[in-house]
Amino acid sequence: MIKTKSLGLTLTALLLATSAALAQSTEIRIGVALEPPALDPTAGAAEAIDVVVYQNVFEGLTRVDQNGAVQPGLAESWTVSDDGLTYTFKLHDGVTFHDGTSFDAEDVKFTFERILAEDSVNAQKALYAPIASVNVIDPLTVEFTLSRPDGMFLFNLGRGDAVIVAPESAENNANEPIGTGPFHFVQWDRGSRVVLEQNGAYWGEKPALTKATYRFIGDTATLTNALLAGDVDGTNNFAPEALAVFEGNPQFKVLVGSTEGETILGTNNAKEPFSDLRVRQAMAHALNRQEIIDGATYGYGVAIGTHFAPQHPYYLDLTETYPYDPEAAKALLAEAGYPDGFSATMKLPPVAYARLSGQIIASQFAEVGIKVELINTEWAQWLEDVLTNKDFDLTVISHVEPFDVGIYADPNYYFGYNNADLQALNEQLNATTDDGKRKELAQQIQTIISEDAVNGYLFELAQTGVWNAKLEGMWQNSPIEGVVLRDIRWVD
Amino acid sequence: MNWRLIRNHPSLLIGLVATALFALLGLVSLWWTPFPIEQIVVARRFQGPGPVHWLGTDNLGRDMFSLVMSGTLTSFWVGAAAVVIGIGVGVPLGLAAAAWGGAVEWLVIRISDVTFAFPSVVIAILITTLMGPSAANAIIAIGIFNIPVFARVARGGALAIATQDYVSAARLAGLGNVAISVRHLLPNIMSLIIVQGTIQLSLGILAEAGLSYIGLGTQPPATSLGLMLRDAQSVFLIHPWLSIVPGLAIVLIVIALNIAGDGLRDAMDPRLKREGINHGAG
Amino acid sequence: MILYFLRRFLGFAATLFIAAVVIFVLLDLLPGDPARFILGINASADAVASLRAQMGLDAPAHERFFSWVGGMLQGDFGVSHTQRRDVAGLIAERLSVTLPLTVVAMVLSVAIGLPLGILAARRRGKATDTGLMVLAQVGIAVPNFWFGMLLSLLFAVTLRWLPTGGFTPWNEDFWAAARGMVLPGLALALPQASILARVMRTALVDVTGQDFIRTARAKGMTTGEAVWRHGVRNALLPVLTILGLQFAFLVAGTIIVENVFYLPGLGRLIYTAISERDLILVRSATIVLVLVVSLVSLIVDLTYALVDPRLRRGDA
Repeated sequence: MIKTKSLGLTLTALLLATSAALAQSTEIRIGVALEPPALDPTAGAAEAIDVVVYQNVFEGLTRVDQNGAVQPGLAESWTVSDDGLTYTFKLHDGVTFHDGTSFDAEDVKFTFERILAEDSVNAQKALYAPIASVNVIDPLTVEFTLSRPDGMFLFNLGRGDAVIVAPESAENNANEPIGTGPFHFVQWDRGSRVVLEQNGAYWGEKPALTKATYRFIGDTATLTNALLAGDVDGTNNFAPEALAVFEGNPQFKVLVGSTEGETILGTNNAKEPFSDLRVRQAMAHALNRQEIIDGATYGYGVAIGTHFAPQHPYYLDLTETYPYDPEAAKALLAEAGYPDGFSATMKLPPVAYARLSGQIIASQFAEVGIKVELINTEWAQWLEDVLTNKDFDLTVISHVEPFDVGIYADPNYYFGYNNADLQALNEQLNATTDDGKRKELAQQIQTIISEDAVNGYLFELAQTGVWNAKLEGMWQNSPIEGVVLRDIRWVD
Repeated sequence: MNWRLIRNHPSLLIGLVATALFALLGLVSLWWTPFPIEQIVVARRFQGPGPVHWLGTDNLGRDMFSLVMSGTLTSFWVGAAAVVIGIGVGVPLGLAAAAWGGAVEWLVIRISDVTFAFPSVVIAILITTLMGPSAANAIIAIGIFNIPVFARVARGGALAIATQDYVSAARLAGLGNVAISVRHLLPNIMSLIIVQGTIQLSLGILAEAGLSYIGLGTQPPATSLGLMLRDAQSVFLIHPWLSIVPGLAIVLIVIALNIAGDGLRDAMDPRLKREGINHGAG
Repeated sequence: MILYFLRRFLGFAATLFIAAVVIFVLLDLLPGDPARFILGINASADAVASLRAQMGLDAPAHERFFSWVGGMLQGDFGVSHTQRRDVAGLIAERLSVTLPLTVVAMVLSVAIGLPLGILAARRRGKATDTGLMVLAQVGIAVPNFWFGMLLSLLFAVTLRWLPTGGFTPWNEDFWAAARGMVLPGLALALPQASILARVMRTALVDVTGQDFIRTARAKGMTTGEAVWRHGVRNALLPVLTILGLQFAFLVAGTIIVENVFYLPGLGRLIYTAISERDLILVRSATIVLVLVVSLVSLIVDLTYALVDPRLRRGDA
């Protein structure tokens, strides 16, 4: 034991001694695990797209800041009518796209008509469904009319899915993104890296960095080596199991923050035996959340008792709704007619937190008699089986969309959860703009899904960034997907 | 093979004994391991070797010695089953090609060429994508790759023998191609096939490790030496022990098999020394 | 002779056609919808349907097969679903990494393997021989992803002589690109060099006992000279056979090492394309791999046939 440890320490110490930052003062190389399939954030859901382009290459009318608050983006100001149905945006003057074409209200209209079109391929099309029309008042003023009030409207405008694109370049954004942001796209060496450079004609405050390179490194051991060797300057989300390599190393800073990812034990409520509330309650009692958090996230995850981000002001701590209690679980199973437990399958997507959580949960469920067969799938297969065909019993997945509790109101969503009261509450929530009232409704919803044990609520994913100690301005939290470069700079 | 033969080839003895020991270690895991390998106790993870956990515990608090036992079994099983597939399909194909010649031979060579030219990793990825990752699919993927290897060895060996007098005599005596293949060709190429079998077995164990590395091999809660090595890779700087144990086990098993293979080749037929070395280093 | 060439070439074409059918059928069986993959878990069904239509996934299977093969014959490999780019260009880009890497690995394995094999043969039975052969055994037995990581820890992290991975395009900075090939090349070369050393040693040891060496010695050469002049040349035939096989293996088998050193090679291209269900890309890239491998074995066979007419019946 001691011998092993000291070998590891000596080796690490050796590495520390030799690692020194040699990077130039205005350039950054960021290591990210996943390469985006394309670079158009309005035509794909992959987080990897936003990591590269969100707020760097592309901007929306509004933008979400590192606290999750909505800030002015391409719109410098806006007014909302009293009924909450008309939004009038005043646009920034003198903004140009990277190809030199100018930005005006027509681009805004084009962007949203493209999102809402019949043949739209926008992954979040449904979020923008309340938009009834987009009217150009003058080149710098645009008016949105909604069919119903939408409390999340301004936030949704700030998402990567609603960034403003130009009719001249929208078609090619997948390979050659043209936006209005502080960085313009230079090149993409597939399988290797994307290079961005500072946009000299940027309308806003110029960022400190002049060049940013994203290197795609999927293997954790390789990324560790690349960081230690100084081949990359940082990464926004590093595998928690190897964070210990960098903690306490003065060359690096480890930033642990929150994300919007609620990790749940997704349960097929429409299927026997999970349609029985007592079975779901038994499973909730059988989950030892702390062990899962320790084993799957090395203690970095934050326990949740419902489908809501703990850092959100509306969050309600419901982790004690069904405390860990194997005996209670067995009793509930017996009551539901399964005194000897039952067998179930669990389909796991190819992400470390899911595979590890799945193994731990299977071991915990075995204690109360539930025999779980683990089926590891890749993404495409998981999406088809679980999401499209609902052919699954259990799964582990993190829902990374901000404020996405509305999915519980959709009886066709993969949980198969159909609760008319909750659907009515959700509709009310969507149509409410008053903050106090919204909080009350959101908390009612949180309580219902927690008590109904719709899914097993495990933990909120943490964001664990590792950066060169001389870098500043990185987002510690991740209220929205992306690695925003605008405030990052080197300091001595 | 008899005792004198083994005594004359000490490396054969070492290789066989080491292989047998590892195989035994794996087989025992079918009935007994110190701890059940599915049992996860996060609180006791990353322990070093000690009296309770002889080789320590892994990232989920599982007993490393139990994992090594079970992983060795999986690694052997995948490699061996793939060899069986390769022999079962490849040898008849190779014999048929040698015995019939002509169109049959042409067809066998085509099949063999296609499977050989088809990148093995791509086959593995495709099969795994079709049926989901598991040890069984690794067996099929590696097994398919073994088919042309054995087909070539069998055909080459059989062609060398087919011209000999007793085969011609048998043909004159009215024996058909099938009978000649089974009675005369097959027994004479057995030693070649066994030698190639040990080589492919060791390559199969390495291939399984490679497939596990890219996530296509054995899946938890089952384990293999390759999967253990891969899981430990990302924490190598913090817990090097977790990599060293399965890594060393793989290296030792493969060396044992190769020594046994070399020894067998020397012992069975010195003339074979130059044949069949490393058909495809997959 | 011409007949043999013709037959061998027909075989080559047949191999390619069979491979095309197999790839197409296998990929068509794959579960998972490329459109759903692109749009993710919150996308609506009609967004997925319109993307499917846009990608031309609605046509019947045989139509898609013939348009694919027909296109390739005219040099049109299609457009990637997820990357929306010309497949031929994507493949060419990756080959500019994979082919040089293969060559580097082969050169390294020859440069390391052959001298060590010769040395072992000359010191036959001595400690050097035993030591080298033990090393060769270990070299074959070490899983290459593990060895690659150890190399990177030593040469990139600790000594900082070489990068931990990544690839700079050749035309941007030739030396940076070449430096990036060294560690992955070494990782690939280790088992191949070990095999070559063993083959070379065995071949030399066999050859040493043969008549022409004895004759040469009788003419007054030392054993060393005799082995060098005659033995090595005679041992090269089995070595060439192994090299031919290794080329095929290396072109296709670099995916694991590409992963360790995050190189944008053809293996990784296929791997990601399968997981993203980018069927057009997978098909065409796989066919290109099959083409390269078959072409090399065709060339090797034809060369053999020219050198040694006895091998013509061999056909494989």
